[in-house]
Amino acid sequence: MADSALATTTSTSPPEGFQGVASDLSSDKQAFPVPWGKVMMWIFLLSDTFIFTCFLTSYMNVRISTTVPWPNVSEVFSLNIGGTNVPLLLIAIMTMILITSSGTMAMAVNFGYRRNKAYTSALMLITAGFGATFVGMQAFEWTKLILQEGVRPWGNPMGAAQFGSSFFMITGFHGLHVSAGVVYLTVVALRVQRGFYDRKGSYETVEVAGLYWHFVDLVWVFIFAFFYLW
Amino acid sequence: MQQGTGQQQSEGQQHPIRIYLYIWLLLFVFSTFSYLVDYLKFQGALRWTLIIIFMLVKAGLIVAIFMHMAWERLALKFVILAPPLCLLILIGLMAIEGDHTFLTRMAAFVR
Repeated sequence: MADSALATTTSTSPPEGFQGVASDLSSDKQAFPVPWGKVMMWIFLLSDTFIFTCFLTSYMNVRISTTVPWPNVSEVFSLNIGGTNVPLLLIAIMTMILITSSGTMAMAVNFGYRRNKAYTSALMLITAGFGATFVGMQAFEWTKLILQEGVRPWGNPMGAAQFGSSFFMITGFHGLHVSAGVVYLTVVALRVQRGFYDRKGSYETVEVAGLYWHFVDLVWVFIFAFFYLW
Repeated sequence: MQQGTGQQQSEGQQHPIRIYLYIWLLLFVFSTFSYLVDYLKFQGALRWTLIIIFMLVKAGLIVAIFMHMAWERLALKFVILAPPLCLLILIGLMAIEGDHTFLTRMAAFVR
């Protein structure tokens, strides 16, 4: 391997130029005793935390600064069931679905480390299915809001114009994450089925995919609290 | 079917399934609670306190147990969980700025 050649050069004097950049950045040091994919996913999720916080903070800012009353979210997102308006019903169901999918994902990671291929891939596909259901319900919610309630990014009949822009930006970006997660989980689940990680000798990819999925659920917890309940 | 060779963590994070089911149940319970805050039409400080408490409990359970942060090394915990704290400054600044904009609008544009 090239390692031995590199090791001899680094032992005398470190290489200069781009070789030096490469050897410095790839030097055999490890800060965290976990698989690198996990650290990288955590750092990605950290950056995503900043993005979502910026969105929620801008939402807070426009909601504080508007002089027009904010629409009554509880009423806007109510569903009419048998003649009575149940507040936030669809959102509550979506929350439960996402939590359920988080539970099945946690089980999938567990079965992955137990090397139970069938259970792992099945649970991951179930998780992806819940995720797709969530996105479907979100599409329904958007359709209802746009066509029936007349909400637009630049205004709505119920109150402050910033409601629409905040809503579409925040839930849209979250829905995009869920959709990407569905694809991600499906790909990993199919690989589990084919025994890819048995040959690789490690099921850490399942856990890394799990981290991403739990994060999507985590973001929803904050959106649910600040956008729908506040 | 070989365990990781000579590593300290033989095969990643292995915990009894019971704990996941328990956390799952707790998440359901707390989600129901936060929904009830709206359903029972709590208002004002009580509403906001309850929303924040239930939100933080749920977020904590997800990060600690589902994302396995509780079992990671302290260094990784700090590296991932400390940086978001500076977002509190952003939130604080934007809240102040939002109030200022609101008062300016009230003073200058709203009759």
